[in-house]
Amino acid sequence: MSEPSGARQIVMVLYLENSALDSKVIGWAVHDGTGAARHMAGDADEPPYESGLAALLDGWRLFQASQLLPHHRGDEFDLAYLKYEFFFERLSEVGG
Amino acid sequence: MSELLTSAEVASFVARGFLRFDAAAPDELNAAFMAEAGGAAEGGWADRKAFFKAIAANQIPEVPAGVPLGDAYAPGSAVARLLGLPRVRGAIESLLGAAPAFDHHFLHVTFPPDFHEARGAENLSQPLHQDSTIDPRLSFDVQMMYFPHAVSREMGGTRFVPGTHLHKVSEVALARYQNLRGQQHVVCPAGTLLFLHHGLWHGGGVNRSPNPRFMLKIRMHASGDQRRGWDLSDLPAGNARRPIFFLKSPPTAGTVETILTTPEPWFEADTGRLEYVNRIKLWRYLTGEPGWDADYWLTRLENRAGAGE
Repeated sequence: MSEPSGARQIVMVLYLENSALDSKVIGWAVHDGTGAARHMAGDADEPPYESGLAALLDGWRLFQASQLLPHHRGDEFDLAYLKYEFFFERLSEVGG
Repeated sequence: MSELLTSAEVASFVARGFLRFDAAAPDELNAAFMAEAGGAAEGGWADRKAFFKAIAANQIPEVPAGVPLGDAYAPGSAVARLLGLPRVRGAIESLLGAAPAFDHHFLHVTFPPDFHEARGAENLSQPLHQDSTIDPRLSFDVQMMYFPHAVSREMGGTRFVPGTHLHKVSEVALARYQNLRGQQHVVCPAGTLLFLHHGLWHGGGVNRSPNPRFMLKIRMHASGDQRRGWDLSDLPAGNARRPIFFLKSPPTAGTVETILTTPEPWFEADTGRLEYVNRIKLWRYLTGEPGWDADYWLTRLENRAGAGE
């Protein structure tokens, strides 16, 4: 197999304190498509950015944000998954 | 003899989903357990095959689900003696009542890097998850984690996120969350115990040390009334109707109201309030006081006076 080359995606998922992109990061995940780093559960106790806006200012591109959904009658007080999820990407060249 | 939990400790369990007791088991008992488990903290196995052979021959029994916890382990065995420690008996009785039953146990062993390298596998942490499956009950089971040897940060430690236990999620569906603010890694002295609400989000940390890491987890449940089983002598009568929001000094530390309305670093701004609502519901259940409230969170929602009720 030849050496890989071209652009690879680095994906960062930020979970924010509310639906505003400039609110505080409370959770995060990173997946590096270049293979330069292997991120995994529990690998960092401090977030990569303090807010979603800080990630934008550093060059990350937002490509998906969670919707704001109404609360179903009867389970208004139930808790499940984190609500404010934002997917960012960065492209990085490998090989070549 | 049992060393029962205090109301403040039970309130902390309700709010954060865990209680931790460092070095609760003595060294002699920890060494006995490691011998019975077929392992030693210093390792010494040539490979995974040799390791599993030792584990298969160990003295940790296979136990049928549902037996009384007191019948699960042979008298005199290390685990039986562990369960008989006053601190351990008291914590279990406080949270599950006088008749705890055995669900299952598992000897978790997290391997060092060379065990993974030998079979060409990555040395990865376990994703964040909630045990079992979606569990909408208000009543709860307890998972006791026993760390029989000292755990360093290099050994990974079990990772858990305080306050996540009241979320109704589906096992490893939450693996997407690699890291949350406030997550903790169990770095501890030998003999440390964690008592977890069954819903607490957790995962095994990656072991980068040269030695395997051992942890015995026992899931147990109530077979009778699990309410009001702790030392009630410090339980306040009724709830404090204290001023809320507009405060000129911090709330009194250590009260049940303050414990149940203390946020975790990962809380969302709006659902953080739902966390309080659900904590209060669990406290009502455990105390058997259906009208109890902290800081008006449920009283406000339950007010039907305007409808003539």
